[in-house]
Amino acid sequence: MDKWENNRAWFLVLPVFIIVAFSSILPIMTVVNYSLQDIWGPGQSVFVGTEWYEEMLANERLHDALWRQFLFSGLVLLIEMPLGILLALAMPKRGWGVSLCLVTISLPLLIPWNTIGTIWIIFTRPDIGLFGKAVNYFVEFDHTARPLDAWVTLMLMEVWHWTPLVALLAYAGLRAIPDAYYQAAKIDGASAWSTFWYIQLPKMRGVLTIAFLLRFMDSFLIYAEPFVLTGGGPGNSTTFLSIYLVKIALLQFDLGPGGAFSLIYFVIVLLFSYMFYQALQRVGRGEKV
Amino acid sequence: MAHIELREVAHSYYANPKGETDYAIKRVHNQWEDGGAYALLGPSGCGKTTLLNIISGLITPSQGSVFYDGTDVTELPPEKRNIAQVFQFPVLYDTMSVFNNLAFPLRNRGIGESEVKNRVLEVAEILDLVPFLNKRAAGLAADAKQKISLGRGLVRSDVAAILFDEPLTVIDPHLKWNLRRKLKEVHEQLKLTLIYVTHDQVEALTFADQVMVMYEGELVQTGTPQELFENPTHKFVGYFIGSPGMNFIPCTLEGNMARIDGASVQLDDHTADLGNKTDGKLEIGIRPMYLEVHAGSVDGGIAARVRAVEDQGNFKIITLKLAGHILRARLPEDQAVPENEAWLRFPVQRTKLFSDGRLVK
Repeated sequence: MDKWENNRAWFLVLPVFIIVAFSSILPIMTVVNYSLQDIWGPGQSVFVGTEWYEEMLANERLHDALWRQFLFSGLVLLIEMPLGILLALAMPKRGWGVSLCLVTISLPLLIPWNTIGTIWIIFTRPDIGLFGKAVNYFVEFDHTARPLDAWVTLMLMEVWHWTPLVALLAYAGLRAIPDAYYQAAKIDGASAWSTFWYIQLPKMRGVLTIAFLLRFMDSFLIYAEPFVLTGGGPGNSTTFLSIYLVKIALLQFDLGPGGAFSLIYFVIVLLFSYMFYQALQRVGRGEKV
Repeated sequence: MAHIELREVAHSYYANPKGETDYAIKRVHNQWEDGGAYALLGPSGCGKTTLLNIISGLITPSQGSVFYDGTDVTELPPEKRNIAQVFQFPVLYDTMSVFNNLAFPLRNRGIGESEVKNRVLEVAEILDLVPFLNKRAAGLAADAKQKISLGRGLVRSDVAAILFDEPLTVIDPHLKWNLRRKLKEVHEQLKLTLIYVTHDQVEALTFADQVMVMYEGELVQTGTPQELFENPTHKFVGYFIGSPGMNFIPCTLEGNMARIDGASVQLDDHTADLGNKTDGKLEIGIRPMYLEVHAGSVDGGIAARVRAVEDQGNFKIITLKLAGHILRARLPEDQAVPENEAWLRFPVQRTKLFSDGRLVK
């Protein structure tokens, strides 16, 4: 039988192509377009090449925001990953406690971002907040005046909001480990620590990789919480990349520099996510990172 | 190595078992001699794995006690019992090398590194794992992985026994044969007590000196493969062992003759006497290979209809119908098969009588 040549099947990918075009390609190309032009008003623009990129890469305030961002994401990962795993390990494995724990732990995930900011602002206010008032009996605490206190409040917010996600993923990973592994570990006389280190942790690698990447990307793009809390202050102490980006692009309406900034931001997130993913895969295969 | 004994053990997975059906293990009272190779044979769900886990300590039985060399270990966890167990699917510590996998049970017990090295090399030698020792365990083929699991069982020289829970299920047939022979060799070399759980009769019969047949939470018969084949004491053993299984036909007794509708089959006098004394439901049982099939009318032959013939290559299985009962006979390849009607003869020595499923003897 002759092979029936018909390439019309390619039309079947058209819907996907259209969706991707409208959801990703067109918006990104719009940003690319902005980043290469100097725009004064409707219909008034001039092509400037890489000028905005050069300007943005040399921008001191952007550098400061970037280091702040790395510090923030690093701290988030350092706290949330171990804490999430610990929570997952502590959760019951069967019985009615499972549903109770799962629902309780998921509650923070259901609350909208800016509501979370508001909840914590009130909670940590030195005059009326339960937490703020209590802490002020011992040390002075004011997130509107002291950078460190603003950071502590943001970290608390972030950890409270997102550790449950890590815990849920880790719990799913733990539940997927067949009983025979635990039985074999008992027979082999493994301690609780060995069981964790040689069975549970390696078996959770897949879900933990996902948790790590999600938390990295999300915390690297954080906007609503610092915006609601202090709008990037006190001073510039919580001006992360997205806060600074919004200041440039929307408040000063510098679309060109804003576009260049966005694309640099995008490339950084993509690059680091890729590097982390590769590194975690290598760890899984037992190769050197 | 140790002598293992279960005394009046019963186990239920329910907290408050009501009837007998709630018990996974109904009553097991049994001993495993030091250095023996045993197979625990039974269909899926008969309680084999539960029994094995009771021996190893992964499960504490609801009733009864477990003794190792006369010491009560019922309440001890597995790591205190000094026992090894190999599971159905290979269990590996993925991030470790093969060497470290094998060394793991020893290191956990605080054994010195030089001793660890000697033991691991010895076991790797036996299981042909030497070339893989420095490789990561995760990337190996299924049979190599299961060999590592076996190796972790064998590596401790002082274990009370090694328990195998259908360890060859995931292995290819030809490798299965190799591994089974390997286990047999290991048993001969090291004289360990081995208990091997399987639902595969061939595996059980080739591996073990003593086969224990389990059925619905009870050990129904223990014996050498030959004993189980020749003298099944329980109807279940009759048809679980042998391929095809034993034929059973309901009958009544008249003197030393078993009556099957119109026909009669002679039994030996002793069996018939005992049979007359029981008042259970009687059946005669005969192995397909002992059922004589003749093409023409013979003295004492019972007429039956031939329903089907399956040629298995080196023998033939014929299916017959006798007074409404289906029987199977196994004939040598060279024997002619009767076309429609056949005459059956039941040799006296080979014809067993069962009362309520149990052998009359």
